[in-house]
Amino acid sequence: MAADTEKLLQFLLRTGDNTLVLSHRVSEWCGHSPILEEDIALANTALDLIGQAQMWLGYAAQVQGDGKSADDLAFLRDAWDFRNVLLCELPNGDFGRTLLRQFLFDAYQSVLMGRLIKSSDETVAGIAAKASKEVAYHVERSADTVVGLGDGTAESHKRMQVALDYLWPYVGEMFESDAVDTAMAEAGIAPDPASLRADFDALVGRVLAEATLTRPDSPFTHKGGRTGRMHTEHLGHMLANMQWLQRAYPGCEW
Amino acid sequence: MTRPSVKQVWEWLETIPDPEIPVITIVDLGIVRDVAFDGDTCVVAVTPTYSGCPATSMINMDIETCLRDHGLDKIRLRQQISPAWTTDWMSQKARSALEDYGIAPPQPAGGPQRCPRCGGDHLEKLSQFGSTPCKAQWRCRNCLEPFEYFKCI
Repeated sequence: MAADTEKLLQFLLRTGDNTLVLSHRVSEWCGHSPILEEDIALANTALDLIGQAQMWLGYAAQVQGDGKSADDLAFLRDAWDFRNVLLCELPNGDFGRTLLRQFLFDAYQSVLMGRLIKSSDETVAGIAAKASKEVAYHVERSADTVVGLGDGTAESHKRMQVALDYLWPYVGEMFESDAVDTAMAEAGIAPDPASLRADFDALVGRVLAEATLTRPDSPFTHKGGRTGRMHTEHLGHMLANMQWLQRAYPGCEW
Repeated sequence: MTRPSVKQVWEWLETIPDPEIPVITIVDLGIVRDVAFDGDTCVVAVTPTYSGCPATSMINMDIETCLRDHGLDKIRLRQQISPAWTTDWMSQKARSALEDYGIAPPQPAGGPQRCPRCGGDHLEKLSQFGSTPCKAQWRCRNCLEPFEYFKCI
């Protein structure tokens, strides 16, 4: 595979795996949410994310060019081949932490998709245009919920602050750059992640302030997911669940 | 069989109901983007409403079944994601049909104009999501009935 193609593939896997892995996490709430409306909302969010994953990984499979499909990439790779940021694979925790993580990811996605719409790669631009409509809707809801719970009761506020303190060290990885990002930026396919940070900080800062939550000031960042160097121990457990059927009955269809 | 006209194929497609909201057709919904013949193969371009909408595969199957029933045997479905589907493509007929069915049609303002049951305009949002990805849940404070709103995207 040519070096350029390999880098494009890495970029698509990173973008697609973020939505795939988060979709599975969010879907774990199905049937368990505090109230019916939230259950439906989370299931719908998971559905949008899986739809986006299908588009990104579908294109990744096409770029890879060895006859594999989005399904093959989703169900037949092992943990070390996944390229999602660690934030997406973390266990859900309580409802507040799930929604706070969702907000942090939605905020990132809303900034990223806005840029990808102008990608020099037509397929990337098309997928981003489709996804951005869904992302705009997601960020509106997750931001509202973060404000509702953060600026809610003493208990909900406390839980949201604990969640923020826990999740914040995973935020920085979304804005890390490496050779893949440099190549994507030079080709006009995707922006350098570092260039998304200011817009992200502005949006997140506004919402956290309204939610009366205090943003931790530690610069420490957990990383290793998007480069594939090292995932958390949680991803393997999640995949064991997600990929079980295809592992036990290879090629099974219905 | 002799090759039907493109117009004829559109008329056939006009009869296929949306699997989730059977009072509107897939053509009314604006998701059939193109019909053309590639040699003697009928190529239908379909765009999804929401990227993960599970009705998409059902719709594809319905299109294939419909065209086969009309004697076409060479059919190719093409998924087209760009330009992204928008509720602006929904026909006026579909909007009225939705309202008669009890679903408030999409509005650029971002919320329903009136209660599809009593016409009241004292409305509140219950949830941004509903029974399908394309709908949200609202309630009318005049008649107190909940109803679904087709989201505007």
